[in-house]
Amino acid sequence: MSVKLTIMQQMEQVAREHGKILPPLKEDLVLANCGLDSLGFAVLVARLEDTLGIDPFTAADDAIFPITLGDFVKVYEHGQR
Amino acid sequence: MSMASGETALRDYVAARATERWLWDRGRSVCLTDLHSGTTLGAGLPSLAGRSVLVAAENQLNAALALIELDGIARRVVILPPGVEFGHLAEIIAASQVDAAVIDSGSPSLTTLGLPIQVSCEPSIIRTTEDPANRISTEWVLVTSGTTGVPKMVVHNLASLTAPLQAPSPADGATVWGTFYDIRRYGGLQIYLRALLGGASLVLSNPEESVADHLARLAQREMTHLSGTPSHWRRALMNPAIEKIAPRYVRLSGEIADQAVLDGLRATFPQAVVGHAYASTEAGVAFDVNDSRAGFPADYFAVTRDDVEMKVVDGSLRIRSPRTASAYLGAAPPLAAADGFVDTGDIVEQHGDRCFFAGRKGGIINIGGMKVHPEEVEAVINRHPRVRMSLVRGRQSPITGSVVVADVVLSSGQDLEGKRQIEVKNDILKFCSNALPRHKVPASISFVPKLDVAATGKLVRRQG
Repeated sequence: MSVKLTIMQQMEQVAREHGKILPPLKEDLVLANCGLDSLGFAVLVARLEDTLGIDPFTAADDAIFPITLGDFVKVYEHGQR
Repeated sequence: MSMASGETALRDYVAARATERWLWDRGRSVCLTDLHSGTTLGAGLPSLAGRSVLVAAENQLNAALALIELDGIARRVVILPPGVEFGHLAEIIAASQVDAAVIDSGSPSLTTLGLPIQVSCEPSIIRTTEDPANRISTEWVLVTSGTTGVPKMVVHNLASLTAPLQAPSPADGATVWGTFYDIRRYGGLQIYLRALLGGASLVLSNPEESVADHLARLAQREMTHLSGTPSHWRRALMNPAIEKIAPRYVRLSGEIADQAVLDGLRATFPQAVVGHAYASTEAGVAFDVNDSRAGFPADYFAVTRDDVEMKVVDGSLRIRSPRTASAYLGAAPPLAAADGFVDTGDIVEQHGDRCFFAGRKGGIINIGGMKVHPEEVEAVINRHPRVRMSLVRGRQSPITGSVVVADVVLSSGQDLEGKRQIEVKNDILKFCSNALPRHKVPASISFVPKLDVAATGKLVRRQG
């Protein structure tokens, strides 16, 4: 499964658990507007660490602030290489 | 410090009983009544009179017998639990002014530590006509494994260790105690002394023995009363050999007894009284709860029972009673506040007319400013029918600082296949969501074959 697909599936799953409804998951979706709050993102990052084996945010030397869903996916794709 | 003549030392309780009583550690069974006119310390016993004696025998039975002999004779006994690092020994010896040691016969001596007197335990009781008549009040020093790694030395005496609680435990018929604890730790020492004072026998644990073999041995001597931590009990409940034992009294202490483990024990031993006790090395035994429910009645705060006074300050339970320890030895903060109350560090929360332990003061996970006690999440996970035990901890999060994650041991003990595993995980998550606020629900659940239980019988909690 692609990194992008994994991320989207996990987002849907976390949103379901937290009782949130996500807008269509497009590349240019601004994360701040996606409906997940900071706890939701914290859970998402933890789940992705389980499935993809990395937490690129904690591993990075510099702070990373992805703005859109596309940026977020790239951080993981970059981290996997 | 000297005791008025006519008061009793531990050996008097042994001598007072005519019926045959024993201590059994798998290798040896020793008849306690033989100690009335005998010794395991041979000719060395008189040389220990009035001294501060380190009970350094590695063999638990040797240590147990030496304690009977030393009480009333030594000025102080310092009980060394197994597993204390050699590096800490010099500190312990200096702080407790130890000037003699009791060791296993044939074990390497402690001469490097500069102890002038060392007495070896004989493998059996040697008859003697001499009854050491001069009784002094002996200080009992327990060495606890501090979370920081530096052991603390906690001062008790026989009275503070044995002052009885009124709450009755089933005592009809001959009592044979068993314990998963080592008797050189507070929880185990309680059981040992209870057996000695109550005229019972005791099956000792053995560190080299499997849980199944230990249970089989308990069954062989028809053990009636059995004590351990909830972690000890969960481990035993996972073992098929649990069917061999039929205790009348099941006792939990040392960790929070959640409803799941109490229910598991009730179901396994329908004929038994299942009780949990609250005690700590410093605060002593505070109360027993025998209604098979987690937590304790809130009116324990209103009414002083068994001379135990309790209050909650800054969320944590404070205790003052005749069973609290008197002091720490060495460079340590005061054991109790100026008013005599000991801060247990255990967080208590009241729900209706019941109080529950939420966790440890220092063990809090901070999730974006919201606090979670690992134990409250474990208590929920452990109620799930597929779960035997769990360990909840914080995992670093770039967003909220920490998130809650859980390691879970399933009750079936068998490996689940990929798809089924995800189903069970989701079910446990749903179970948590129904019982807990969102930030306390684990972000991640891992199934593990087992969880580490420390030599103290408690779950090993690592920070981070």
